[in-house]
Amino acid sequence: MGMTLTEKILARHAGRSEAKPGENIWINVDVLMTHDVCGPGTIGVFKEHFGAKARVWDRQKVVIIPDHYIFTADEKAHRNVDILREFAKDQDLPYYYDVGGEKYKGVCHIALPEEGHTRPGEVLFGTDSHTCTAGAFGEFATGIGNTDAGFILGTGKLWVKVPPTMRFVFEGKLPPYLMAKDLILWVIGDIGVDGAVYRAMEFAGEGVQSLNIEERMTLCNMVIEAGGKNGVIEPDEVTIRFVKSRTSKPFDVVKNDPDARYYSERVYRCEELEPVVAKPHSPDNRALVSEVEGTRLDRAYIGSCTGGKITDFIAAGKILKGRQVKVDTFIVPATVEVARRLDEEKIGGETLRQIFIKAGANLGDASCAACLGGPKDTFGRLNEAMVCISSTSRNFPGRMGSREAQVYLASPLTVAASAVEGKITDPRKFL
Amino acid sequence: MKKIIRGKCYVVGDDIDTDQIIPAQYLTYNPAIPEERKMFGRFAMIGLPEKSQGLPLGGTPFVKEGALQSEYKIIVAGKNFGCGSSREHASICLQEAGIEACIAEFYSRIFFRNSVNGGYLIPFETEERLVDRVKTGDELEIDVAIHTVRHLAAGKSFLLKPIGEVLPIIEAGDIFKYAKQKGMA
Repeated sequence: MGMTLTEKILARHAGRSEAKPGENIWINVDVLMTHDVCGPGTIGVFKEHFGAKARVWDRQKVVIIPDHYIFTADEKAHRNVDILREFAKDQDLPYYYDVGGEKYKGVCHIALPEEGHTRPGEVLFGTDSHTCTAGAFGEFATGIGNTDAGFILGTGKLWVKVPPTMRFVFEGKLPPYLMAKDLILWVIGDIGVDGAVYRAMEFAGEGVQSLNIEERMTLCNMVIEAGGKNGVIEPDEVTIRFVKSRTSKPFDVVKNDPDARYYSERVYRCEELEPVVAKPHSPDNRALVSEVEGTRLDRAYIGSCTGGKITDFIAAGKILKGRQVKVDTFIVPATVEVARRLDEEKIGGETLRQIFIKAGANLGDASCAACLGGPKDTFGRLNEAMVCISSTSRNFPGRMGSREAQVYLASPLTVAASAVEGKITDPRKFL
Repeated sequence: MKKIIRGKCYVVGDDIDTDQIIPAQYLTYNPAIPEERKMFGRFAMIGLPEKSQGLPLGGTPFVKEGALQSEYKIIVAGKNFGCGSSREHASICLQEAGIEACIAEFYSRIFFRNSVNGGYLIPFETEERLVDRVKTGDELEIDVAIHTVRHLAAGKSFLLKPIGEVLPIIEAGDIFKYAKQKGMA
């Protein structure tokens, strides 16, 4: 019987010829990633169970990227980065991206592909729920906790339950007013925040193939908002060209068998879709932008692993060029590389950074920033009851700070259009 | 593994995510340091909006102001409990607060794994929606072996789903003890 690419990757990593949905199998891990929020706990678990002097299973396969609480006065946050630094030094880890110097990257899920750590056919675990982003590179990638990560540090293995795959096909190319964020909010609105619990979500069709690698990452990034175990897109020329531009390590491209079995299949026609938002307080609380148009805003936010890539800022720049924002607008590049490209990418002779500054937006340093609230002094954090439209991934109560704040999730195009008007606005008004 | 878990229950609704269980601002405490780990008990469930704090009435904080532990032993939740982030602090904070078991329709995958693999609490699932049958503060008694829960005042029993394939890990204590038993680590 044929296998999906998720089943095939898991089977290969278990040294088996076959893996069926529902089976529990032990698999070998290619890359383990951790960061400043879960790294200290993971290191604690590792030392407790393998000994204070234990060595990690493979120093070439451990990647540590501090990114969450970087630009804060919180002393414990700094102490946590010190713990990572010391561990990386003790273990002589080549892939530790330290804070405060040239090695600093920013948001782990964007830094991983930039640094060549995401490769087709591989297994990536990370102590962050948005690790599923890397499925855009045709690999199995998912989030885990400290205990599982500590176990992997010592053994290089983990048990997984093989997930059945839900397939989402997007026919036709995206019209210019839609982004991957709209597609994934459509899907989550249809299946719910529990619609894919314990399952893989695969994205296919011309609409997906015509997306650049960053937009594909946005699709896979938010599968966790439907409870998905992993998101995945079959690798093609776009994937392979990107990965080869970032690493010289060899990899195996794994594809679906023609007779692979899927748990379900949903087909969307891109031209029939419209820009959407997820209303407070759940990513599945979908509404057409036209249904909530005119909703008063206090703030707009563009950033995070979901919506802080250069593609997201180019989209926002198209709308913000030559216009002024009417509400406080926060721009947070996911990584230092994205921040650098804000000075390189131009629209009509102006760099993105110039466009954003002229529009009256506030620009922050590369990190997770207010996407998850964080310490009280975090850039852009919603510290009181306010209404915000955001290109981030999650809007449960308190996610961006105050429990009283209301967050609308939307594409960078819709966020930028709404910032200009000071109320929720359809991007088609400006395109 | 405890055979009987008995105590007061705290009832919450559907899709309670990890930002409500332990908001991100408290994640700077390191669970590997014992005195900091205790703080997770103090801040457990502090992200719940007031109307969601202990159903059906709401407005009942899970942990009393300034306390490190909760008076509740069992969480009763709707569907998809623990969704959102992968932070293991969510399972840890419930254990630190004194929770020994959760009863939900089903869990988010990562919360379930963390609870089992870390040995923090037993995540039971139900066939029927218990949230509508019990109130915050009710005394419950779980018989782990026969996977039933008894409402002590009403004298009524409800069937839980068998723990199933992760039972050996829960019996061993955590994934490390399980792997040692199997000669894997």
